[in-house]
Amino acid sequence: MTMETETQSQKAFHVDVGNLLAVNPFHSFPSLPASRDELVKECLQEGTKLVQAVADSLFNLPSTEDVDGPLVKLPPPTTKLPREKHLPKPKPLTKWEEFAKKKGIQKRKKEKVVWDEQTGTWKRRFGYDRVNDDKDIPIIEAKMTDEPGVDPFAKRQDDKKKRVEKQEKNRLQNLKQAAKIGALPSHVQLAATALPITGTQAPPKKVTKDELGNVAGMAATSTASGGKFDRKLPGEKPAKKQGKHRKFLPVVEGSGIGSREKEQTESVLNKLISKHSHEILNVGKAVTMYNVKKEKKSRNKRNQEGKSSSATNKLKPKKQLQKKTGKKGPVSSKKGKAK
Amino acid sequence: MSNNEQTLRFCSSAIMMRIKTPKNGRVRRELEKRAPKLVETGKKTLILQGTKTSGTLNGVLSEIYHLKKGGAVRFTRKNDNIRPFESGGEASLEFFSLKTDCSLFVYGSHSKKRPNNLVIGRMYDHHVYDLVEVGVENFKSIESFNYDKKMAPRVGSKPFIAFVGEGFENVDELKHLKEVLLDLLRGEVVENINLAGVDRAYVCTAISLNKVYLTHCALRLKKSGTVVPRMELVEVGPSMDLVVRRHRLPNEGLRKEAMRTAKDQPKKKVKNVSSDAIEGTIGKIYIPDQKVGDVALPNKAKGVKRERREAKKKEANERASKKQREESE
Repeated sequence: MTMETETQSQKAFHVDVGNLLAVNPFHSFPSLPASRDELVKECLQEGTKLVQAVADSLFNLPSTEDVDGPLVKLPPPTTKLPREKHLPKPKPLTKWEEFAKKKGIQKRKKEKVVWDEQTGTWKRRFGYDRVNDDKDIPIIEAKMTDEPGVDPFAKRQDDKKKRVEKQEKNRLQNLKQAAKIGALPSHVQLAATALPITGTQAPPKKVTKDELGNVAGMAATSTASGGKFDRKLPGEKPAKKQGKHRKFLPVVEGSGIGSREKEQTESVLNKLISKHSHEILNVGKAVTMYNVKKEKKSRNKRNQEGKSSSATNKLKPKKQLQKKTGKKGPVSSKKGKAK
Repeated sequence: MSNNEQTLRFCSSAIMMRIKTPKNGRVRRELEKRAPKLVETGKKTLILQGTKTSGTLNGVLSEIYHLKKGGAVRFTRKNDNIRPFESGGEASLEFFSLKTDCSLFVYGSHSKKRPNNLVIGRMYDHHVYDLVEVGVENFKSIESFNYDKKMAPRVGSKPFIAFVGEGFENVDELKHLKEVLLDLLRGEVVENINLAGVDRAYVCTAISLNKVYLTHCALRLKKSGTVVPRMELVEVGPSMDLVVRRHRLPNEGLRKEAMRTAKDQPKKKVKNVSSDAIEGTIGKIYIPDQKVGDVALPNKAKGVKRERREAKKKEANERASKKQREESE
């Protein structure tokens, strides 16, 4: 929408009311103004002129009164800008729709509720309490064509399952066709779950991140140089345990049993017979246990002394004698040995 | 987005495909919002930064985010694998654009060769469409302007945009910059606008062959004799000098495809209206059945009054008869 404003130099601005945009293609700075402030002032002046031009056309548009203020219907913008997404493609006809079009079959609107003869009520066409439900059939009469030994109720269920599967297959085919053109509906996504495997249709097992890391390491060690000189990808961790995993004694060492083998057998035997049993016994813990027990006994004795004397007097000296020959003996001897 | 799905497995002949549909209404509505439409409304902007940013650049990015508050996404981490002008360095940008559904992006970075660098780009179908690289000089932030706070433009109002200068017609780079700036500053495309709510304007002046002065102003509408008020611009917002450094135009095929529009919108079906050759336009009106008995009568209807009087009389009679019976007993 070009609007001519009669300015002094008779120049026209390009005004696009739909975008509230105005362009002045004729202004130029013959020489840049000396100071920044003057530049800013001149820019604002020119800007004001342009904004005034847009406002002139905007406020002259027919307006309707609204609660907040006058509402104006903007004309469509004239400057063309590129879209952000592609144009939506019209969805293709499904196989049934094509067939129906060819045969001239019209879509009929179905009622929500249907009259059920058996119960004599209005029931839904599908869903919870529906008209011709499989579980409501009490008796199925046998026909001449029926084979003996075939359960007709199970047969009905199987037939229904097959029909549902066929319908799902057809739906998937229709969606695949739409995806091929690029007109898949926005809320549907098709995902390939598995790549085709010849033979069985078993889906491949999901491999975890750690397993993949291990596999990479294993594959590297199978190279001639043991994976030492392979170029590593960014983010690849080094192999977990490098070098030999087990250490074996040399086959031939000297006459008879070698020193290293002797060490091995000695450590095993010692563990079994517990020669260095001080290493097995926790000395500190034993001492604490003994001390705790002693304190408990002394506490009990003091309480008993306070409460009654006759019964315990007989026992007292005996107890004391027993205490002295307590665990102190072996502990002290072991202490000596440990050092 | 793919958290709640309903999966239907089916063994097809060659590849096992799975139909994923959202189980949630909210997810379904989100997907529909992101689907391509015939007529497009506003574009969302993604604002992010590279490995190094300067203080001024941080200010620029945050002020652009403030100006576009409703339709912008701000990333604050540094992204060192984004190089918009290199062929491989756009993958991350395209991924972000896909995930946040943004088709405009502003990428800021600072280096010795290109100080205070801003790359403004657009996407088509979440692939880079075109890019403009500008340097920011003489940046003045919102805080440094003194103005009457009552006039401050409100968030989300539609701005007036003004381009001044012959450079915008003659110089290629400035032409491209003009288009990109228009896209960035425009906001939502609306059909109706409230005249009381216009309060901001962007002024863009071409100072030299590659320099543009951009400023954001508040509008004051002053009384004039006519319907049209007199406009007054007061600088409020950020102002900066943009120096065009590099730009990349879209290739022709892509540009043609992006500029395509739907020729005519399918006319909305008006219900209960049909047109005939003989009688012209006919409309059907459906009137519900009148319930004559339940209609509310006005208060002072004579009949109603009489009924009340009679009812009262009846009651009185009944009471009297009761009393007589009691006395007799």
